[in-house]
Amino acid sequence: MSRPAKGIPEPRRRHLGLAAAAGSDTARGTRHGDGRDAFALAWADAVVGTSYVSMSRTEVEEHLRGLTDRLAEALFTEPFTADAARQVGAAMVGAHFTGTETLNRTIALVADELPLRLGLDRSTPWRLSALQGALAAGYAEALRQRTLDEQEAISQAVFVARDQAEQALRVSEARFRAVFAEAAIGMGIADMDGNILDANASLLDMFGYSLEELTRRNVRDFMHAEDAASVWRLYDELVSGQRDHFRVEKRFERSDGEVIWTHLTASLIRDDEGRPTYQVAMIEDVTDRHLLQDRLRYQALHDPLTGLPNRALFLERLAEAFDSAAEEDRIGLCYLDLDGFKVINDSLGHDVGDQLLVAVGQRLDACVSAPGRLVARIGGDEFIILMERSSSTRDVVAIADHVLAALEAPIRVREHELSISASIGLVERSIVGTTPADVMRDADITLYWAKADGKAKWALFDPERNAREVARFTLSTTMPAAIERGEFYLDYQPLVRLCDGQVVGAEALVRWHHPEFGLLAPDRFIGLAEETGQIVPLGRWVLRQACHQARLWQDRFGSRAPFISVNLAVRQSRDPGLVADVAKILADTGVEATRLQLELTESAIMGTADEPLDALRALSAMGVRIAIDDFGTGYSNLAYLRHLPVHELKIAGSFVEGLRASASDGSHVVDARIVGTLVSLAHALGLGVTAEGVETADQARRLDDIGCDSGQGWYYARPGPPERIDHILSDVR
Amino acid sequence: MTGMGGRQPVEPSALEWDRPSAARVYDYYLGGSHNFAIDRAAAEEALRAVPDLPQMTRANRAFLRRAVRYCVDRGIRQFLDIGSGLPTVGPVHEIAPEANVVYVDSDPVVVAHSRAMLGATDRIAVLRADVRDAGHVLSSPEVGVLIDLDRPLAVLMVGLLHFLSDSDDPAGVVARYRDAAASGSHLVLSHATADGFAEPWATTARVWGLALRSHAEVTRLFAGYELLSPGVVHLSEWRPDTPQDVDKRPERYTGYAGVGRKV
Repeated sequence: MSRPAKGIPEPRRRHLGLAAAAGSDTARGTRHGDGRDAFALAWADAVVGTSYVSMSRTEVEEHLRGLTDRLAEALFTEPFTADAARQVGAAMVGAHFTGTETLNRTIALVADELPLRLGLDRSTPWRLSALQGALAAGYAEALRQRTLDEQEAISQAVFVARDQAEQALRVSEARFRAVFAEAAIGMGIADMDGNILDANASLLDMFGYSLEELTRRNVRDFMHAEDAASVWRLYDELVSGQRDHFRVEKRFERSDGEVIWTHLTASLIRDDEGRPTYQVAMIEDVTDRHLLQDRLRYQALHDPLTGLPNRALFLERLAEAFDSAAEEDRIGLCYLDLDGFKVINDSLGHDVGDQLLVAVGQRLDACVSAPGRLVARIGGDEFIILMERSSSTRDVVAIADHVLAALEAPIRVREHELSISASIGLVERSIVGTTPADVMRDADITLYWAKADGKAKWALFDPERNAREVARFTLSTTMPAAIERGEFYLDYQPLVRLCDGQVVGAEALVRWHHPEFGLLAPDRFIGLAEETGQIVPLGRWVLRQACHQARLWQDRFGSRAPFISVNLAVRQSRDPGLVADVAKILADTGVEATRLQLELTESAIMGTADEPLDALRALSAMGVRIAIDDFGTGYSNLAYLRHLPVHELKIAGSFVEGLRASASDGSHVVDARIVGTLVSLAHALGLGVTAEGVETADQARRLDDIGCDSGQGWYYARPGPPERIDHILSDVR
Repeated sequence: MTGMGGRQPVEPSALEWDRPSAARVYDYYLGGSHNFAIDRAAAEEALRAVPDLPQMTRANRAFLRRAVRYCVDRGIRQFLDIGSGLPTVGPVHEIAPEANVVYVDSDPVVVAHSRAMLGATDRIAVLRADVRDAGHVLSSPEVGVLIDLDRPLAVLMVGLLHFLSDSDDPAGVVARYRDAAASGSHLVLSHATADGFAEPWATTARVWGLALRSHAEVTRLFAGYELLSPGVVHLSEWRPDTPQDVDKRPERYTGYAGVGRKV
């Protein structure tokens, strides 16, 4: 019978057909191996693909061939027993023929093909049924067992794996627990309401609480009055989930009330869904470091002698005052320097000096101390008082008066009763438009003024005075270059013979056309030039210019040419090179020495030193005329006058002023007598007399009446360019 | 198709015990009972989309068997089976009983089961590791004892690399094992593909997080290896035992297979 097994796919039919055909060639009921081969082949065909077995096709056939043998043995063994079929069923499961379709096809094949292939006696169909039953039972039993075994095995594997994982987790947890417990840094855990759940030994130690005490508390209990506002803002952001961590420096109060400084790092722990679950704090005690820093900072910012803030702290506070100031705020500085401290230091020793400074520092601190005020020792014997938000200049003046009064009482240092005073420079102004550097500089300048004005005084900063001094300073520094750049020029004022009105001479007057300050008269810069020594080169330049002009006049007007009169400053008159300079200039310009007159002030001539007189005598010997300028304003030693190499007196304009007819108070009578006496004196000594400051015809007439030789003043001409002299002389011709 | 690539953390959390395991789903398709309801549910769910999955699984497993035999025939006596899965039906050491085998899988259950099944033997070891961590695998005591890297070995990556995304650089992973292997070593590789298949397989693969690669991409994984005949082919086409074993539509098994030899 070649009926295909039910359910066997179409491609397999061919093999079954072939097998059936082969089987039909063999005698029915024989035990010939070919029949078994054919069945095994058919069996393999039927089950391949219904289960996964780790065999090649050939191996499957071989395997099934073995099972076929066992089925055949069972079928024909007497007495009949189906046990072998049971084992075949189990063996199939053992080879992993575990697919249900495999059993289905096997049972069908046993029914349909086995009798045919093995020549089974049709008279014993019950054996076949028993065989099928046993095979199915054996298969089912083995499959059940295998399933249970595999289920057990995989469950065991899960248990083992989970156990290992949990073991690993326990190890890991133990490790983390140890890290938590043993960490040198304090760690604490709290819930999102701030209830403290756990803390490690370091934290308990740091705070001085037991775990029980700590876990009864809330994070917010650890607010400290001096916490920066940002600390708790950050905390609120953390517990509201807006922020995952923050780091701050924070103070805590220990259980014993002691304050500790810490670095606090707070972190948010979220669950798998990202919800905030815990907060963790890591706290490092930095109190020692903080105190050290405090001390170092204190040391860096305080004067070790007096304990007062030092310059660095003062400048820091000054800068802060500016940074934090409102627009209408004002600021005041009292810059104070002890008078004569150096003398005390030098004569009584540094130790006494130091003790004195300590005492002064204490007095200053006592009389100034108030919020917004700071006394600092700036260096040496200099102190400074900062007044933040002063209301007016009166505030600093009051402080300065208070300080000066406070220092009046003698200070006792050891056996010495030391009376001291101080000079104070005051600056008080609106903060707008100024800077810390400005007020410091101005206070320094003002202190200098106070010193210069006399001791035990305060001086208030005066912007105009400062501006003048700044200008003076500017002039002094720019003068050398100004000479080179030709910023100076000379004006000339005629000297007129009173008896006939002839121009006999011209006084050269130096002017500075400053690029910034405009036209400057000599009083703005001559004194300055004397201070700086610039007068010597400037005077040399003036002399050369004037002589050059004199030469021009000499060439043009011959014997009618005016002599030239040039002012000689004190410092110039003492310059060792003066005589040589004059000689060289006269030689260079070709001007006769008799056409040069040098004007000196009384003080320049009456000075004690002999050297200037030697120079004047030498000049006089050369033929240069010497005139005393502004005669009558100093304290001339009249007896001495006769020994001086002087040719001319120029009477100061103040006397000439009194000769004006309009003067009604009678003073003109006195002045007239003085002038008359001076003229008589001069003439007695063989000197000529020139009156300065002649402004009216009346004055000129009176001077002439008195016997004065020459006059100079606005009545004749103001100082002007040399061409003006030219015109006068030309007109006269 | 075992061992969820390297996507698991070092220690699975409690939740992961409740997830289907690729290794157990694979076992289910092979007709085994090393699986739980959760695995079977996932397997049946996938079957609804891709009814041929059991055949694919079997074809893959059959390729492993043929390839290991092939390697043995060529003299290979040491195997590094990465992503080995549950050693239930025809594990490497059963196919090549005379060889040393190190099984590597990242699934702790697979590793526990494998160790239990294999018992104490001095030719077989099981290592829990991620394929991407080649340094860890190659320097492990298991490999150190059983595998002589100076002699040819076979590296098995059967149904493994599609668990690695491109960002995992699968070619680089393969290369690290290749560089450590002696010349004459073999690479046995099978890999899921969408070539010749459109939906629903691609959709299913996406759901599973599989990286399906083309023929060219799979071929490139053999860089540094001489591809042995017949090259990279569909699973059932690779050196079938008999011509009948080749499926009439081999592409429906949606996997490529190949064996290379390091020059």
